[in-house]
Amino acid sequence: MVPEVTRDQETELFDMEVRLLLEAVYLRYHYDFRDYAVSSLRRRMRHAMARFDCARPSDLQHRLLHEPDLFAQALQYFTVQVSEMFRDPGYFLALREHVVPVLRTYPSIKLWVAGCSTGEEVWSLAILLAEEELLERALIYATDINPEALQAAESGTFALDRVAQFSRNYLAAGGRASLSDYYTSAYQGVVFDRRLKKQVVFADHSLATDSVFSEVHMVSCRNVLIYFNRDLQDRAVGLFRDALVHRGFLGLGSKESLQFGTHAREFEQFVPAQRLYRKVAA
Amino acid sequence: MTAVTDLRRDFDAIVIGASAGGLRALQELLSVLPADFAVPVLVVLHLPRDRPSRVPELLGQYCALPVREALDKQPLEPGAVVFAPPDYHLLVEDETSLALSVDEPVLFSRPAIDPLFASAAAVFSRRLLAILLSGASADGSEGVAAVRHAGGIAWIQRPEDAAAPVMPASALAHAGADAVLSLQDICNRLAVPS
Repeated sequence: MVPEVTRDQETELFDMEVRLLLEAVYLRYHYDFRDYAVSSLRRRMRHAMARFDCARPSDLQHRLLHEPDLFAQALQYFTVQVSEMFRDPGYFLALREHVVPVLRTYPSIKLWVAGCSTGEEVWSLAILLAEEELLERALIYATDINPEALQAAESGTFALDRVAQFSRNYLAAGGRASLSDYYTSAYQGVVFDRRLKKQVVFADHSLATDSVFSEVHMVSCRNVLIYFNRDLQDRAVGLFRDALVHRGFLGLGSKESLQFGTHAREFEQFVPAQRLYRKVAA
Repeated sequence: MTAVTDLRRDFDAIVIGASAGGLRALQELLSVLPADFAVPVLVVLHLPRDRPSRVPELLGQYCALPVREALDKQPLEPGAVVFAPPDYHLLVEDETSLALSVDEPVLFSRPAIDPLFASAAAVFSRRLLAILLSGASADGSEGVAAVRHAGGIAWIQRPEDAAAPVMPASALAHAGADAVLSLQDICNRLAVPS
């Protein structure tokens, strides 16, 4: 028996206004959030409304349409991702122990960090590859839809109060040295060694609207898919499948799974506990 | 105390929030749920963020229903107890699935109770039962308000009965409740066989 839908009218109206706002943002700025997960969008829109002093999503929509500068500031409410360097150290340890030996067999290696946000994972991967003496023959694509986040990622600058956690993660992830070997203290934070990003290309790319741009040996996309609904998750994983070489690797966030999507059978589990998958033969 | 026997007919989901002192309370509560309890049960227990949780495994030993940790976009299952994982918020995405987020902690907690309760209220409104147990935080107050505002039912553990009274007391002051109960009474209401 299908239960009667008794949604509060107010919630229904709020959701309707959010959908119209997303449509407006898409038409005006070509950013497509229409297939983002509604449960977290609702919450973020409430935060954005409070920040920009709007009583309703429709008020925020009006301002976003007419004030492009405000949209640039509001973008962080659509895309905000909090990460750490070497977040989930077990993931990076598994990369080192199980993925690196395979990558080593290729003359050149391409990796794609999809939805890299402010770059914590990109710099972590660069350090890991440098320690494995693979960085010189690697190319890392670091992509995101948020230009401000990409700029921050490229700067390699992180707040001082975050570094202690980064260092703990680095050691737990099997780091060979001390994280402090890779950064220098600067005004208001630390700056990572520019040599690490010689092999990194930072680029604007949307998993919602863009297509595959290169063949890669590994995709790392962690805690990005959780913000997508199932349709958009399927689209993104389809891009990963198309971008990956034969038997290429896909790494997801620790509570993300391919099992509920349409591409489940195109990948096999490689290190199940760390959500590392491998593309199966077509 | 009317309508108690209609629990499974009246609600499409039950959400539970607990913090300090909540593990013991949850153990008691989950142990009374009958094996044919055909309503999804979603739980946020405040946890340390930096290590895996053994709570679902631990409490599974005392519960007739399967007890699991949530995965993103997992289907909502009647008769399963699902916990928020450490360092993720647990949300109800729609009538059939769950979602996770790594949005900023709420009152220093991730997972937090407010996002679960508010997201469940937005989806289930009148057909939601929220239960707030022991804790030393003000998390849950906004969530209980959202549940009641959407027409759902909130049971709050009587502060004097809770190992840590701050959380239930804070929610009571902020949002009121549809029933203020001892843990024993909450268990009695949930344990009624179909």
